[in-house]
Amino acid sequence: MSNEVLKVEDLRVYFPHKSRGVFPRTIGQIKAVDGVSFELGGAETLGLVGESGCGKSTTGRAILRLVDPTSGQVVINGTDVAELSRRAMRPVRQQAQMIFQDPYNALNPRQTVGAILASPFRIQKVDPPGGVKQAVRELMHRVGLNPEHVNRYPYEFSGSQRQRIGIARAIALRPKLIICDEPVSALDVSIQAQILNLLQDLQSDFGVSYLFIAHDLAVVRQIAQRVAVMYLGHIVESAPREELFAHPLHPYTHALMSAVPVPDQCADGARAHRARRRPAQSAQSALGLRLPHALLHRPGSLPD
Amino acid sequence: MSAPFLHVEDLAVSFPTEDGVVKAVAGSTFSVSKGKTLAIVGESGSGKSVTAQAIMGLLNRNFADVSGRIVLDGTDLLALDDDQVREMRGSVMAMIFQDPLSSLHPFYRIGDQLAEAVRVHNKVSKSEARARAIDALYHVGIPSPDKRVDDYPHQLSGGMRQRVMIAMALINSPSLLIADEPTTALDVTVQAQITELMSELQSETGTTLIIITHDLGVVADMADEVCVMYGGRVVEYAPVNEVYYRPQHPYTQGLLASVPRLATDRVDRLDPIPGNPPSLINLPSGCVFHPRCSRRDEVSGDLCRTEEPALVSVATDHLVRCHLAQAGATGGAR
Repeated sequence: MSNEVLKVEDLRVYFPHKSRGVFPRTIGQIKAVDGVSFELGGAETLGLVGESGCGKSTTGRAILRLVDPTSGQVVINGTDVAELSRRAMRPVRQQAQMIFQDPYNALNPRQTVGAILASPFRIQKVDPPGGVKQAVRELMHRVGLNPEHVNRYPYEFSGSQRQRIGIARAIALRPKLIICDEPVSALDVSIQAQILNLLQDLQSDFGVSYLFIAHDLAVVRQIAQRVAVMYLGHIVESAPREELFAHPLHPYTHALMSAVPVPDQCADGARAHRARRRPAQSAQSALGLRLPHALLHRPGSLPD
Repeated sequence: MSAPFLHVEDLAVSFPTEDGVVKAVAGSTFSVSKGKTLAIVGESGSGKSVTAQAIMGLLNRNFADVSGRIVLDGTDLLALDDDQVREMRGSVMAMIFQDPLSSLHPFYRIGDQLAEAVRVHNKVSKSEARARAIDALYHVGIPSPDKRVDDYPHQLSGGMRQRVMIAMALINSPSLLIADEPTTALDVTVQAQITELMSELQSETGTTLIIITHDLGVVADMADEVCVMYGGRVVEYAPVNEVYYRPQHPYTQGLLASVPRLATDRVDRLDPIPGNPPSLINLPSGCVFHPRCSRRDEVSGDLCRTEEPALVSVATDHLVRCHLAQAGATGGAR
């Protein structure tokens, strides 16, 4: 693919497992991400799903170098960023941004919305046509905030409005790639649809690609064209949306889907569904180790 | 329903604060029959947790104004004094909280915490209490309970901790169990195990269950009846099939339409409820949902803005708080 925005190849992120005590020694490796590969095309959304501890967030953070990858390639718009220095990484961040899960902690409480949204332009030394002030107002308008509120502080906004601020900050420099780490899971149910629609609109307007990290399969089915399922640091199944939801092949994908309680039109249907999923659960209990433990006890060490 | 096991009528809870009076619950009316499951559904700030805390007597009367009636098996709980409520809490009624890590004491072994729950309400020896703790752990599916009983909470996974919470709530065989978002903090596969476990234990013990959640899937899975709350009010109260088949309140209809679901065909664009949930200090006039309601044009005049609708019956056991229902003009606009 010539228009691919992101290519991840054999990405590994290992964390040292330290012994307790006054002089901790490294006694093992926690393989949070262990050989993950995928590609993301222009204006495409890839959903990355899995349970807590499966390495999906670490994958997202390693792509933007918020944690350093142990090995592997991360190619953003043709540049391999896995080995770049912090300084060399900076221009790449114009192309790749992130939206965080918790809109309460992702915004500086001492800065006004105006200052928060101006900072991408300031840091990247970008002069938008019409000036920064005008650009900030346009951004606020674009994500559905009232531009009059430019001098307000984050605490004056509701959870969904704060997530809109986070989204505005991410799209400020028109990046090609946005990593969305559980962007709706902290929001109220009646608000989630608003944010999902906003993300879809921005994609069709600017052609941005999303790596959409989530644990909620229904949300991922709504927004992603392709879906990758992670378990214990590996991608165990990856397929186009319709394919994956119609014919899940990996037993873990199967277990994950059958475990989702279904708000069916008919509650009887949901109960029948629950009866059906019992065998899937026993299949899952074979996999159902406590994740960090399972990671720790896998043999093997660093490749180099 | 002849004599419901739990009957809540016109429950109102408000908290006076520096910024004004927070009307957390205003006009909560519902009942549950013995051995049935009621789901209370709503977003954060809808008053669902405060309703549960009011039933359990967990609200400090010095800081909260509670009025209305909560009748459990013939006893009006709001008329009791603190000692009498403490007597009932943990024996007649028990509660499971959302976050199992912060609900267990980190410094005590889980066996000791379970045994304490036994010894508070029963005159039994320490060894007898410990035996009952091990038995309770066995019943919630914890492997080798005789060893696990000496673990500290941090040694258990989230799902295991929630199982311990359930064991603790059920150890004195309460007749009413309230579960406040019992699966929200858990992974989906573990969620499924916990809802399964709660349904099984309920059919074994015949406990009446109130489950508080915002997850419509959990509701479909477990509930017999559903109570939808918005802005501190019960806006719809009906058997679970009615709520999914024939939702009558515009909020319930909007909620069902806006949540992406695996069971239905995918739509290209979700149909969200506009706006934000209301501030409980400064509630909208009239119907609390009217600023976000898509169907208020169907009501003649300014009724939605000026007058709060009453909870009216539209079918057997199906109550709705909406002017459309009063006019008999609601329909399954789904």
